[in-house]
Amino acid sequence: MINAGDTAFVVISTGLVMLMTPGLAFFYGGMVRRKNILGVLMQCFTVLCVLSLQWMLFGYSLAFSPGNGFIGSLDWLGLAGVGLEPYAAYAPTIPHQAFMIFQAMFAVITPALIIGAFAERMKFSAFLLFSVLWATFVYDPVAHWVWGTGGWLKNMGVLDFAGGIVVHTSAGIAALVMALVVGKRKGYDNKPVPPHNLPFTVLGASLLWFGWFGFNAGSALAANGLAVSTFVATNAAAAAAGALWALLEWVHNGKPTTFGVVTGSIAGLATITPASGFVTPLSAMAIGLVASAFCFLSVGIIKPRLGYDDSLDAFGVHGVGGILGTLMAGVFATKLINPAGANGLLYGNPKQVLIQAFAVLATTVYTLVVTFAIYKIVDVIIGVRVAEREEVIGLDLTQHREGAYTILE
Amino acid sequence: MKLIIAIIQPDRLSEVKKELYKADVNLITVSEVLGHGRQMGVTEVYRGVKESGNLLRKVRLEIAVNDDFLQPTINALIKGARTGEVGDGKIFVLDLKECLRIRTGETGGEAIG
Repeated sequence: MINAGDTAFVVISTGLVMLMTPGLAFFYGGMVRRKNILGVLMQCFTVLCVLSLQWMLFGYSLAFSPGNGFIGSLDWLGLAGVGLEPYAAYAPTIPHQAFMIFQAMFAVITPALIIGAFAERMKFSAFLLFSVLWATFVYDPVAHWVWGTGGWLKNMGVLDFAGGIVVHTSAGIAALVMALVVGKRKGYDNKPVPPHNLPFTVLGASLLWFGWFGFNAGSALAANGLAVSTFVATNAAAAAAGALWALLEWVHNGKPTTFGVVTGSIAGLATITPASGFVTPLSAMAIGLVASAFCFLSVGIIKPRLGYDDSLDAFGVHGVGGILGTLMAGVFATKLINPAGANGLLYGNPKQVLIQAFAVLATTVYTLVVTFAIYKIVDVIIGVRVAEREEVIGLDLTQHREGAYTILE
Repeated sequence: MKLIIAIIQPDRLSEVKKELYKADVNLITVSEVLGHGRQMGVTEVYRGVKESGNLLRKVRLEIAVNDDFLQPTINALIKGARTGEVGDGKIFVLDLKECLRIRTGETGGEAIG
């Protein structure tokens, strides 16, 4: 039975999640050097176009049609049979296509998150091929494992409300792989490259926070109490994480920074995602605080010592946040908030933490192996990295023949 | 006294600065400029319309030195900026008639250092 309120809410939430990809583009775009901002914006925007098509043609079928435990079938190719009647196993009160297009925006933003790892040095053509292959062979199967009918992790009882495993763990691990295999940017010596436009980064973070309400609360797939509880938890974690990051900087570096407070908020948002529909507002606050502390360590203190160049901290913020949040969902989840979920460690079910950890491990191993294989294939066919001279001139001019800014008219 | 003007690739700046500090040259002025030498510019396309031969970003350094610092400064600039590719840039050396420090009113060689 289609419910007008639920349908309206999910459709609006879809719009909010769509806005996150351009939001991410500005979040990342502000952090790169002036000669590469169009490269980043272009990669994000093109992912929005290309993966929307991939999703309708075959991605949705691979991820969500009932298949085996590992992957969906091809029954819903080209959205065959995905109509306006509800598909009760996923969302009994909205048209099936509403669920499909809501999920499309998740499929779009996940490969876009990886861009942060190889920003400023990857060929656009190689990026396109990589993204389509990665969406098909990593995102679609992992989404099926966790959310699809018959998915093996779903059957095991894993909790992932809005994508801590499916979106952030998978993208984060892929980011780590890519940062390692693509190699450092020319001239990078383990010190951050100054961002060329922090106001863009703040704008992008704001759009992400805004869109994240659709991402998390929309994942309730109904305009109900659970959606509101998820909304509140999302805001609580983002706020706690942003505030703590600023405080940590204040103590550790003498001054709080805008870059820090927005990075903290995004870390909080990524971390609360898997837990958002299962936890109380105060648990969400605690999760935000832990997220901030961990990501602060991973980005500010551990990364410079490991010496890999995850340009925009796609792994350090999204990957670490996603893994942490998935584990903490197993600690803080309670059936009082979501009867369809499970109780976590603090509510008398320590086994949930093990299920969560196992799901993270399985996703990590699979993503590591397949991402590396895709990298190899793309590198053989096209070559992943731009030529050194192109890297010096910048991706805007060499990959797109445009400049973002003029110096003289 | 000489005024050295160097035009270099933007990404060589940090290396050039390192070399200059090693040579004990600490007082420099840096600006961003557009330039086009023997190296071809990059063709840009806006909504399908091509615009060719555009200027490329370069960095200009201005360094005023006493005569005994001239050669070490030039050596440092070359060491930091040279890659062997077309487009490494140029160094111009000009006679400097006078130099004056605003704060103290000192002039000449005193004011440069």
